[in-house]
Amino acid sequence: MPPSLSRNRASIRFLVITATLCVAVCIFFMTIGVKGNWSFILPFRGAKLLAMLLVAYSIAVSTVLFQTVSNNRILSPSIMGFDALYALIQTCLVFTLGAQAVTAIDPRLMFAVECAIMIFFSCLLYRWLFSGAVRSLHTLILVGLIFGILFRSFSGFLQRVIDPNDFIVLQDRLFASFNSVDPNLLGISLLMVGGASFFAWRISPSLDVMSLGRETAINLGVDHRRVTTMILVVIAILVSVSTALVGPVTFFGLLVASLAYQLIANAKHRFVLPAAVLFAMISLVGGQMILERLFAFDTALGIVIEFVGGLFFIVLLIRKGAR
Amino acid sequence: MISIENATKRYGETIVVNGVSLTLPAGGITTIIGPNGAGKSTLLSLISRLLPLDSGMIAIDGLDIVSAPSDALARRLSILRQDNTMTARLTVRDLVEFGRYPHSKGRLTAADGRKIEEALAYLDLQTLADRFLDELSGGQRQRAFVAMVLCQDTDYVLFDEPLNNLDMKHAVTMMKLLQKAATELGKTIVIVLHDINFASCYSDHIVAMSNGTVAFQGTPDDIVRPDVLQAVYDTTFDVHELHGNRIVTYFV
Repeated sequence: MPPSLSRNRASIRFLVITATLCVAVCIFFMTIGVKGNWSFILPFRGAKLLAMLLVAYSIAVSTVLFQTVSNNRILSPSIMGFDALYALIQTCLVFTLGAQAVTAIDPRLMFAVECAIMIFFSCLLYRWLFSGAVRSLHTLILVGLIFGILFRSFSGFLQRVIDPNDFIVLQDRLFASFNSVDPNLLGISLLMVGGASFFAWRISPSLDVMSLGRETAINLGVDHRRVTTMILVVIAILVSVSTALVGPVTFFGLLVASLAYQLIANAKHRFVLPAAVLFAMISLVGGQMILERLFAFDTALGIVIEFVGGLFFIVLLIRKGAR
Repeated sequence: MISIENATKRYGETIVVNGVSLTLPAGGITTIIGPNGAGKSTLLSLISRLLPLDSGMIAIDGLDIVSAPSDALARRLSILRQDNTMTARLTVRDLVEFGRYPHSKGRLTAADGRKIEEALAYLDLQTLADRFLDELSGGQRQRAFVAMVLCQDTDYVLFDEPLNNLDMKHAVTMMKLLQKAATELGKTIVIVLHDINFASCYSDHIVAMSNGTVAFQGTPDDIVRPDVLQAVYDTTFDVHELHGNRIVTYFV
C-alpha cells in the first residue's frame, strides 16, 4: 500500500477513536451523578451539552478556517478581535434601540440581525488583511490587537453613557457563560451552524489549496479573493454563534487547532477539521464535567481554558520567533 | 504566445513596470535579465495574475488574464516564485498532487495519479516522495516545487529566480532540466535570472529590463555583448567566446 494511503488510514483510525472518546464523554456528562427526576435532568443537561457541543464546533472550525485563510497558525478569530466586534455590535444595538425595544424583539430575529451585521463588518474590516496587502505576521497581530482594543474600548464607552436599565439588559447578554446559556438561541444557533457548515463543505476542495498561501492558490486557479470572502462569512457566523451562547473565549480555538495539527499529522482539511472539532468537544464537555462533579465549582472552566490557552499562545509565539 | 501591451504597475508613487509592451514567443526558453529593481519579478507576477495590473493588457494565447476564469488560466500557465514558505506540513507527494488541482479540483483520477508519478520521476524524487518538505535540503525542496508546477501540465511555465539558494551543481541540473522540459515536453519556459552566463548558455530569447521598461531583447548573440550589458547594468563587462557559448566576466 502506498504510504500516503496508509497515512490517510491512520488518520481515519485516529478520528474514529477520538470520536468514540467524545461520545463516551457526552454520555458520562449526561448520566453521572443523576439523583432524582430523570425527566427534569435529561432536558436540562441536554440543553447544556448541546450548547457546549455547538460552541466547541464553532470555535474549532472558525479557528482552523481562519488560520487557513490568514495562512499562519498563531492567530485565531478572537485574537484578531472578532468576538470583540460582536460584543460591540450588541452594545450598539442596545444603545440605539433601547433595552425595551431589544427585549421586545424575538431573540432569534435579533440574533439573525446581529449575525448579518457581523458578517458585513467582518468582511469589510478583515478582507483586506488577507488579500496580500499585509505580509508580516507581526503587523497582523498588531492590527488584531488594535482592532480588539478599539472595539472593546468603544463598547466600554457606550456602556458608560448608556441608560442604567439598558446596561443591565446588556450585561445579561454579554456575560454569558457555560452555565447560563440562553435556550431560546439553541435552535437558531444549530440552524446557522448547519448552514455555515454546508457552505464551508461546498468550498472545501479549495480549502487545502488556500492553505498553501495566496500566490500558490492563485497559481492553481483558486479565486483567492472570492474564497477568502466566503470563508470570512462562515467565520463570522460561527463566531457570532459561540459568542452569543457563552461569551468570548480567546485562546481555546488556538489550543484545539494546534493540537489537531500536531496529532493528526495530515494537513488535509477533511482530517484536520474533524480532529479539531472532536478535541474541542472532548475538552469542553470533559472539562465541565470534571469541574462540576469533582471539584464542585461551576464557573471556572473558562478561566482554566484561557490560562492553558494563553500559556500555549506564548509558547507558540516564542517558538515562531526562534525559527 | 504571451502578449503584453502597455503593462504598468505602480507601488504608490513608484512606477515598477512602466508601459511594457512585449511578445514572448511560444516554445523554448525565454529569460528576463536586468539589475535589481528593474521590474523583472513584478512583470512575471503581472503575467501570472498574482499582482493586479494598473493599466495595460496581458493575454496568454489570446486569453485575457483579467477577464478569463482563473482556473482556465491555471490549466495554461503556472508560476514558481522564489520564496515558497508553507504553514501546512506536506510531503513531497502531497505537494505534487496539488499540481493536479486545476484539472481535478481535488478529486484525483487514475490519469492524475499517472501525471503525479511522471512528475516525481522526471525530477528524480521517487525515493523522497513520502518525506516531509521540512526534512529536505534546499535543492530537494526546490525540485519538489518544480515537480508541482510540471505536474500542473501547463503550456507556459514561469520561474522567478529558480537558481536562488542552489549550489553550482544543482543550478546546472536545474537549468538542464528546464531545457529538457522545453525540448521534450514542448513547454514554453520563462525565467527571471540574475546569472547572465546561465541566460547566455540556455536561452533561446533574452529580454533585458531596466527601470521598469524593456531595454533590449533578442537572441543571446544580440544581448550578450559588452555595450548592451553595460547599458543595462551600468557596469563594465568582458564577453568571451568559450566552446560556442558567450561567457561574461565582470568581477574586476
